[in-house]
Amino acid sequence: MIYREAGQFKSTYASDQAIFPIVQDRWVVLALLAAAVVVPTALGSDYWLQAVLIPFLIYALAALGLNVLTGYAGQLSLGTGGFMAVGGYAAFKLATAFPGLNILAVFVLSGLVAAGVGLIFGIPSLRIKGFYLAVATLAAQFFLSWLFNKVAWFSNYAPSGTITAPARTVLGVMVTGPNATPGARYAVAIGVAIVFALLVKNLVRGRVGRAWMAIRDRDIAAEIIGVRPLRTKLLAFGISSFLCGIAGAEYVFLYLGSAETQAFDINLSFLVLFMVIIGGLGSVLGSFLGAAFIVMVPIFLANAPHALGLYMPVALQKQLELMVFGGLILFFLIVEPNGLARLWQITKEKLRLWPFPH
Amino acid sequence: MRNRILLIFVLAAAIAVGPLAGAVLAQGGSIFIPLLVYRTGPYAPSGIPIANGFVDYFTLVNERDGGINGVKIAWEECETQYDTKQGVECYERLKGKSPVLVNPYSTGITYQLVPKAPVDKVVVFSMGYGMTAAADGRWFPWVFGFPTTYWSQASAVIRYIGTQEGGLDKLKGKKIAHIFHNSPYGKEANPTLEELARKYGFELTQLAVDHPGQEQKSTWLQVRRLNPDWIFMSGWGVMNQVAVKEAAAIGFKMDRFIGNWWSANDSDVVPAGDGAKGYKGATFHAPGSTFKVHAEVVKHVYDKGKGAGKKEAMGEPLYNRGLVNAMYAAEAIRTAMGKYGNKVLTAEQVRWGFENLNLTEGRLDQLGMKGFTHPVKVTCEDHEGNGPVLIQQWDGKKWTLVSDWVAPMRDVVRPKLEEAAVVEGKKLNYTMRENCAAEK
Repeated sequence: MIYREAGQFKSTYASDQAIFPIVQDRWVVLALLAAAVVVPTALGSDYWLQAVLIPFLIYALAALGLNVLTGYAGQLSLGTGGFMAVGGYAAFKLATAFPGLNILAVFVLSGLVAAGVGLIFGIPSLRIKGFYLAVATLAAQFFLSWLFNKVAWFSNYAPSGTITAPARTVLGVMVTGPNATPGARYAVAIGVAIVFALLVKNLVRGRVGRAWMAIRDRDIAAEIIGVRPLRTKLLAFGISSFLCGIAGAEYVFLYLGSAETQAFDINLSFLVLFMVIIGGLGSVLGSFLGAAFIVMVPIFLANAPHALGLYMPVALQKQLELMVFGGLILFFLIVEPNGLARLWQITKEKLRLWPFPH
Repeated sequence: MRNRILLIFVLAAAIAVGPLAGAVLAQGGSIFIPLLVYRTGPYAPSGIPIANGFVDYFTLVNERDGGINGVKIAWEECETQYDTKQGVECYERLKGKSPVLVNPYSTGITYQLVPKAPVDKVVVFSMGYGMTAAADGRWFPWVFGFPTTYWSQASAVIRYIGTQEGGLDKLKGKKIAHIFHNSPYGKEANPTLEELARKYGFELTQLAVDHPGQEQKSTWLQVRRLNPDWIFMSGWGVMNQVAVKEAAAIGFKMDRFIGNWWSANDSDVVPAGDGAKGYKGATFHAPGSTFKVHAEVVKHVYDKGKGAGKKEAMGEPLYNRGLVNAMYAAEAIRTAMGKYGNKVLTAEQVRWGFENLNLTEGRLDQLGMKGFTHPVKVTCEDHEGNGPVLIQQWDGKKWTLVSDWVAPMRDVVRPKLEEAAVVEGKKLNYTMRENCAAEK
């Protein structure tokens, strides 16, 4: 009834090609974005911002990066943690070597460094496919975390091997370091997330994205119609690692504050991969939904017994949490194998017919 | 299809409401202490006894004395699985309940909390772990690491090895291997050991074991090739029992294998069976449950059915570690009450209590801990207390002390520590407190 596109005529190519061609969508998304920027910055508690929303945005960016590679270009990767580590360590080295450099520039530069590393590890993708590529990227994961642990230069010779984010400002507001308010950190995280989500959305709608999808769906056919596999795959690796690198830099600078290589272990790679699979392969929205699911549901499960007034031992609670969480993942994959983004799409389709389905 | 829509709404509600649920207010009239514990995961064998010791001591204080000077202690456990991210989530969640101090029980989490401590005004009490450099209280007023640090421990262990060899000068040319957990925790002792190797001329080999430490074949192959005279280990969780088993399997002389104080618990040696006989470990309190404090815990906690664990597990080194840790925290709060009165204190006041803690032999006796641990005096400059170390040995059934209190080499450790404090402090844009004497 409300969600109808009747009467909305598209008279230009631009309006036909808009990201949200339906007016209602556009307004809702803009309102949501405005709310996402304003409400938590103004009202959010430290806990909400620092322990829930900031990690959510950072994981969403990493999931977006992996979605470019795995969801759109069809190259299975288990190296996400490694590429995030490159971003984190590069940001640390850049920020400490050039204290005058703006932190946002540091993020972008560390993304570029990660992109370079991603390109190198992407080269085998021309010859190796599917699960074998996953193993090859797994090598990247292990090699990179070994490297950062082994070579003390990367952590500026700290005896513990821990890197600590120095305090930096954006427009005079402290955004990193222990004295930065969670609100300021969140503002940076959401700004970065919006910019890159928009960028990726436009990328995947254009020639590049179509080339990726062609490679994903049938690489030989894509080659025959003129898509160059090496360049396309490497581009996917580069852009994916770029996003993961920025997510890694944010992970250290905005979320953890200090980190060691253990923070970027194989579990992180799996976590991001799960986000992409649960959220929806080949969907920008899916990256965000998947990150929300993986970050927030365990926190919900950890807090739920308390909220219900059930006081159980923490060990039991943790085990219950893991079991319920695992069950939920299975449940969602059975109900909708194409991910949460597909569920959302179905909801929208139903909503158009509501309340008179035929 | 209707189910799917319902599903989406349930999920959305779950996501939206989830983190809100954590905001339960602490009861008024009590001092709140969050406990970051790990009762599950690969580090649970080490985490469970500590958490039990902690909880039992606080229960004892509440049950027997009605709290510290009549002010009850309230605590809440939060499961971290020894994982830094989960630890930070726990800290942020419990921060809202105005805690006075936090025991991170993980060097990784401590590194996260050290920069937050002065901002959030919460005392970080990392007892015998965490950032060694933070033991210089002039740079890190909010962080306490007493009774001793990894660096002091490493120097005390080298001193012990020296006495076993017949003098520190006999260390020249000896081969000592350090097997460490490849994390900030395991690496902490390395600079001190390197320094001591230079000073005493022993040959030091550093062998890293990656998290979680279930796979150590290559490490022990290196040990066999190297054939060291002594092995010192900084292990944690499941890594310890694997190492002890491997050492027994290659026939290494167990009485020349010394674990640090996180690598010498019952759970570390029992799996290796008889092979573990003779294995040694450092500690800063006695093992066993023969002390008066244990009898009190049985009487006031276990006999009332309020014990956190099994009565038989009392006296394990790590259980006693939890007891000692809780005792230090309680005594620091008591010290602060001496100045600010018997009421619910703020974290700033408790910080003062930590900084002015003077735990004498007489006080330990009153607490039923005579001979259990060493007196400690904390000062504004020295948050470490420079406590000495004991060596305990596993005889196949229980731990027994085999050494007297071994003093750390303060002349080596302290200058290094002050140097490191400057480096770490500058990283966080701290300035040194010059007015230590005036703050008394």
